[in-house]
Amino acid sequence: MTKYARLASAADLRKVREGAKHKIVLRRYDRQPSDKKFQILVCGGTGCTSSGSKSVRAAFEESLKKHGLDHSCEVVTTGCHGFCELGPLVIVYPGGNFYVRVKAEDCEEIVTKTVMEGKLVERLLFQGRTGKTPRKTYKEMAFYSLQNRLVLRNCGRIDPEDIEEYIASGGYEGLAKALEMGPEKTLEEVKASGLRGRGGAGFPTGRKWEFTRMAEGSPKYMCCNADEGDPGAFMDRSVLEGDPHAVLEGMLIGAWAVGATEGYVYVRAEYPLAIHRLQVAMRQAEEMGLLGDNILGTDFCFHLKIKEGAGAFVCGEETALLQSIEGKRGMPRPRPPFPAQSGVWGKPTVLNNVETFANVARIITDGAAAYTSLGTEKSPGTKVFALTGKVTNTGLVEVPMGTSMRQIIFDIGAGIKGGKKFKAVQIGGPSGACLPESLLDSPVDYDSLTAAGAMMGSGGLVVVDEDTCMVDLARFFLTFTQAESCGKCTPCREGSKRMLEILERICDGRGKEGDIEELERLAHTMQQSALCALGQTAPNPVLSTLRFFRHEYEAHIHDKKCPAKACTNLMEYWIDPEKCIGCGMCARACPVNAISGEKRQPHVIDTKKCIKCGTCITKCKVQAVTRR
Amino acid sequence: MACQCSATGEFDLAPLMEILSEYKDNPKGALIPVLQKAQGVYGYLPKPVLETIARELRLTTAEVFGVVTFYAQFHLNPRGKHIIRVCQGTACHVRGGAKILEAVSEHLKVKPGETTRDLEFTLETVACLGACGLAPVMMVDDNTHGRLNPLDIPGILDSYLS
Repeated sequence: MTKYARLASAADLRKVREGAKHKIVLRRYDRQPSDKKFQILVCGGTGCTSSGSKSVRAAFEESLKKHGLDHSCEVVTTGCHGFCELGPLVIVYPGGNFYVRVKAEDCEEIVTKTVMEGKLVERLLFQGRTGKTPRKTYKEMAFYSLQNRLVLRNCGRIDPEDIEEYIASGGYEGLAKALEMGPEKTLEEVKASGLRGRGGAGFPTGRKWEFTRMAEGSPKYMCCNADEGDPGAFMDRSVLEGDPHAVLEGMLIGAWAVGATEGYVYVRAEYPLAIHRLQVAMRQAEEMGLLGDNILGTDFCFHLKIKEGAGAFVCGEETALLQSIEGKRGMPRPRPPFPAQSGVWGKPTVLNNVETFANVARIITDGAAAYTSLGTEKSPGTKVFALTGKVTNTGLVEVPMGTSMRQIIFDIGAGIKGGKKFKAVQIGGPSGACLPESLLDSPVDYDSLTAAGAMMGSGGLVVVDEDTCMVDLARFFLTFTQAESCGKCTPCREGSKRMLEILERICDGRGKEGDIEELERLAHTMQQSALCALGQTAPNPVLSTLRFFRHEYEAHIHDKKCPAKACTNLMEYWIDPEKCIGCGMCARACPVNAISGEKRQPHVIDTKKCIKCGTCITKCKVQAVTRR
Repeated sequence: MACQCSATGEFDLAPLMEILSEYKDNPKGALIPVLQKAQGVYGYLPKPVLETIARELRLTTAEVFGVVTFYAQFHLNPRGKHIIRVCQGTACHVRGGAKILEAVSEHLKVKPGETTRDLEFTLETVACLGACGLAPVMMVDDNTHGRLNPLDIPGILDSYLS
């Protein structure tokens, strides 16, 4: 394990930067091969690791050794590139040739062709939407070229377990500059940037810091909420895995600005790799004197600890999270007092989320003016979205605030998978809303979303197509919030339960007159009287689907039909006699022998026997089986 | 993990005392990390372990029990050698996560939250694994399996049997 020397001043930091530049210089995109040195970057994010990137790395090392290239070509494990679906991802520098779905067997060919001969391995290139236009590099791919990566600038470009690579790309310069500016000016700069909390509600970060700075009490705490619990969101995980130092640097700058000397990072236990990368980053920062006592030779001291969550969604709520840090049941409490006055152990506390901290260093190095030049007037900067669901390109997308949903889903995400029709996009997780096609062109920023009855939330975007039932989707979110309701306040505990019962009834085909009105009544009561944001926002998925897709609820209740043919009790499987070729695949696969028919004759499903498992659909080669 | 029962049928509390000694001087906020480490050793949190933790951290057993039952991560009953966590998050939901859960449940003949009789597998659901790009996904121990199809399930699970 490398041991890093302690830095006694900002000048020392700059010396390390100069000395480490060679580590990342090859990755400057346009540079031509000159000194016969190469780097192969293998993605080591959670997605690519599960697709086998560890064996890809091993195969590259073996192949390079075999060809005697292990000294001139280095294999680097990076963090997440955000295009997890195509993993494992590999980039060869210089040149930046981008290979997707690389297997261990492919490594030898990449080494012999791309590294040794400078040629492309065509079959491993990203093929574009049509499958006919191979893209050679990052820059040629619409998925990346239409993004504006500030928070994700280092993700996939540096080795997150080597602090020198972070420093070489300008890391800790924001901290050094803040230390020179002094706490007041640092705080002013963050206030001037208009940065708003990326965790959901969008509270101005600078003001939160100012409240804590002015609050009485010592020590003060600077805490990071990395309890990313919204289903469908993984931007914080990727930042922690791909660029953990950016989060540390943001926290350090914040601690300096508010006068905090202690801090916690509260991470979900479901993110083991993120925890590991953070631990490595903290150890390296401590060795270098960038964390701990007398940071960069000044009087500034900041001590940080990791707290692992124990699996409770409500702990993403700030007062619940603080309870959990103290080792208690993570139940929210009424505010005021706000954490800025009384947080961890009753002391003044700042709590920001991962992405918010990852923005801070840039604001200090480039200045607030540069930051506000991006995004909209009231929502400056960029936002990272986790684009998932039935969209062609799934992954992390960072765009300036104010970009339209249509650009995100159709230009960057390349539209709906399999030629299906767009139905809605769900934004903001269980607290968010489903937006229909008519709202696709409105800008995505805090205030526009609130006006549309949605909220930014953490930034999960789940695209759904015509096959998804909106009532079922609302039921899905209510199932989640009902299970995660901590039970402290009655409106949330009872309200979510009663709403879920009604939704389940409707999906089962037992909906009755008055159910919609009862849902609305319960929803408004919860919004107005629940103790914390979990309960207040839990009805949002129901209210937004009622607002934009009311006809689907009505079809379930009055006609006992599910328009999307997704609710099992309201549809049946059917074989189209025109299409069926009588191959018998479905009949053999059916677990309850519900399908019969003569060889080479159309088959029939006995709906009384059918258990609607859907096996026949997956088996049929001519798409003769459908739901109706 | 090795069985921690001693010949007399009582729990060997020595590993727990070692965990606790780390927090002896600073028991502030120690409960959750202690429970996490204790579960790491014993596989679950049996009564004698909870009582010892309460005594050493100067809390009531009720307080400890309250925390254990609040968080999904803690378990009061023995668990399987392999933990299967099938993701039921939004992205997995719209891409057929329920069918994956059904297939696992069917193959192992257990419901979510239950452990197989041979103590090989415990089946759980999880709200989101954050691997939405690979939906539908499940985790077996620390391995994430993505882009699943119900037909893949038997093969994957069997590969974990020694």
